[in-house]
Amino acid sequence: MSRQSNRATDNKKMNSELFTLTYGALVTQLCKDYENDEEVNKQLDKMGYNIGVRLIEDFLARSSIGRCQDFRETADVIAKVAFKMYLGTTPSVTNWSPAGDEFSLILENNPLVDFVELPDNHSTLIYSNLLCGILRGALEMVQMAVDVRFAQDTLRGDNVTEIRMRFIKRIEENLPAGDE
Amino acid sequence: MRVADRLEAEAKMTVHNLYIFDRNGNCLFYNEWNRKKQAGISKDEEFKLMYGMLFSIKSFVNKMSPLDMKEGFLSFQTSKYKLHFYETPTGLKFVLNTDLSVSNARDSLQHLYSNIYVEHVVKNPLVPEAQTLDSEIFCSKLDSFIKALPFYSPRAA
Repeated sequence: MSRQSNRATDNKKMNSELFTLTYGALVTQLCKDYENDEEVNKQLDKMGYNIGVRLIEDFLARSSIGRCQDFRETADVIAKVAFKMYLGTTPSVTNWSPAGDEFSLILENNPLVDFVELPDNHSTLIYSNLLCGILRGALEMVQMAVDVRFAQDTLRGDNVTEIRMRFIKRIEENLPAGDE
Repeated sequence: MRVADRLEAEAKMTVHNLYIFDRNGNCLFYNEWNRKKQAGISKDEEFKLMYGMLFSIKSFVNKMSPLDMKEGFLSFQTSKYKLHFYETPTGLKFVLNTDLSVSNARDSLQHLYSNIYVEHVVKNPLVPEAQTLDSEIFCSKLDSFIKALPFYSPRAA
């Protein structure tokens, strides 16, 4: 794909430890600024959402991927292209619901938590909740309303990190009001 | 085609104007290069008319298609101009009017999206969402991109 080669930002590598530490600093600051874990989780989700609505444009421009035909294809693209592109890891897609509207992303390794241990007084903190916000924001921009949450987290003693995604509805495009 | 006709056609190759709409139908950006005749209505009305037409054509084309299709509506032409349409999965719409000799502007519009819009608008945190674009760098990059297109020719102006 020759179009990608003339992009100035391509192949620019970033030190992953710097990335991990920066994210850690961000979460730490949020914990200082807000009273409780609930509120921090909410803020992380909100920030992620705002990242997601912009990141999707970068993703589409870079990957030249068109519209997905169904939710299964969406799941594959998220796991194999998006996670690989932005986090350098490829989660596996499993635990499909019988109706095909819900699945899990299992992360073998989550670069955000490389140096992290949750202290006892933050047991309800969803440390990587930013990811949920990003996924929600990005998919909303391509007309998919989804519910995204952490089902398991190695930080909280689970064996794997599992992000559960549920398809809610397709957002239909409407003609703006008063446009006759 | 006679040589004289072909030369004339080449001299006429040109870009008339460009609209960029967001997913809600707001016109984010408009500029014209070689447009000799105006619509005779206010720009706001013109944008609404354009968006409404695109919306209707899109749904018409989808309903009437005898086969499942991915991209849908790409362009139409009249006796005087050709309208090229490119929509991203996020609902951004790029509309470029050129003269009839431009057969395909899809790659150019795609390039405009991924290398100019995404680079200078989406990645610029100071450009607020869902408003008219007045980013100087975006406007100047876009202008030089359009003027560098193989089918842009000011001679027709």
